[in-house]
Amino acid sequence: MKLIIFAGPPTCGKTTVIRQVIRRMLKKGYKPAYLKIDVLYADEDKIIREEFDIPARKLYSGELCPDHCNVVVMDEAVEWAEKVGSDFLFVETAGLCLRCSPYIENSLGVVVLEATSGMNLPYKIGPMLTLADIAVITKIDLISQAEREVFRYRVIEAAKDITVVESNALYGIGIDPIVKHIERSSEIEQPMFLRGNPPVGTCTICVGKKEIGAKNHFGVLRTMEHDLFYIGE
Amino acid sequence: MDIQTIGVMGGNGKTGEPEKVTCFELKMGDIISIVGPTGCGKTTLINDIELFANRNTPSNRLVLINGQPIPEDFTFDPRKHPIALISQHTNFLSDLPVGEFLKIHAKVRGGDNPEKLIGETLEFANQLTGEAIIVSTGMTELSGGQTRSLLIADAVIIGNSPIILLDEIENAGIHRTKALELLKQYNKIFVFVTHDPHIALLSDFRIIMRNGSMEKLVCTNPEERKVAGELGKIDNIMLNFRTLIRNGEEISEHMMSKQMELLKLTN
Repeated sequence: MKLIIFAGPPTCGKTTVIRQVIRRMLKKGYKPAYLKIDVLYADEDKIIREEFDIPARKLYSGELCPDHCNVVVMDEAVEWAEKVGSDFLFVETAGLCLRCSPYIENSLGVVVLEATSGMNLPYKIGPMLTLADIAVITKIDLISQAEREVFRYRVIEAAKDITVVESNALYGIGIDPIVKHIERSSEIEQPMFLRGNPPVGTCTICVGKKEIGAKNHFGVLRTMEHDLFYIGE
Repeated sequence: MDIQTIGVMGGNGKTGEPEKVTCFELKMGDIISIVGPTGCGKTTLINDIELFANRNTPSNRLVLINGQPIPEDFTFDPRKHPIALISQHTNFLSDLPVGEFLKIHAKVRGGDNPEKLIGETLEFANQLTGEAIIVSTGMTELSGGQTRSLLIADAVIIGNSPIILLDEIENAGIHRTKALELLKQYNKIFVFVTHDPHIALLSDFRIIMRNGSMEKLVCTNPEERKVAGELGKIDNIMLNFRTLIRNGEEISEHMMSKQMELLKLTN
């Protein structure tokens, strides 16, 4: 079983990229399954099931962050994909604050970024980018070539060893290199571990404290003076 | 990669019919135009060139560099991408000041003297615009004409790409004859998508597009070159009037007849 985890801000084109990838994977004779994790609403499972007739599910995280939910359910999800006879499980996670990293050791982590999102995005999202294997830059037809080159540079500056793929997923352009990386990715190993730590290890808010201010909280604290570029180490 | 030629082998049009122009090849210094009504596939053709189409785009065309196709998984070092595409975008989306953007782009492209390159780029761009571009301005604040001028200058000087594709440069109100004149000083391949007869006739040849398909290739003959010269004069009349109007002057019939006389005298 190979596990491919797609993360990225809302409307960046994750589903469009995944649909193009699945189309090519099916042509090559693979048996992909698909899982979407979102907070309140998602219909991508239905879209993918109807388009490709493959096992597809969705999961609402509700009061949890979808990336947190991803951690809690992924063992069951892999079991499900094995049971339905798939060899690749594509997980699309909606994320929430988008500073987290949903990638698992030995999975292939793919972050999808819109070319139009502004030159500071690569520095803003942290581990979702820095711990990914591939950054897919979508909607490249909407910006100039010069801007593409500068955006790409900023992505590589934030995540040194990442593979950058530029894509216009609507027209299926730039998809084949992604498929190649997916084919070459490693088999998942049990037990599974998260690749990086989430930004908040112990969350006092999660356990019910509503008071504002560091003095009212414990565990991981930040003050206004704190200077840190978080990469999920 | 040292580029000598770029070729396009025809694919099919929107209806699936094979293209009548089965191939063409460009060498350094060539200037060509792609013409045809809106929606006929001009932009698609230059997009195919920019992507090194390998029978993998909807048109099914094949692009050859020095006579060879580029393998699909081959990725150019982005610092040395040989093709610059100036698309129809007339606004930037990058939230950076002009100076900083150009500095990063010059760094990406590996120029040895970024400050000099930025200076040259702005000088080139400002010859095409109405009002000069200020380096501290945000990219997103530039006008349509300033954006287009900066894109052209950036591709030629900072990008220094051997092949430059320009999509309807006449649209953004920049000085297009001046642009062509400046571009001709560089030994590059220029491909213009254009509705402008003057640019079309200044090209070495033109490709006529119809319904997504390369329909015909016409080489510019000596008579057409003469006509191009005349069209240039008509262009200048339009520019002269534009300047007069911009300067707040009132236009008289006398001005018009004077301009027409000049046109006749030079014939």
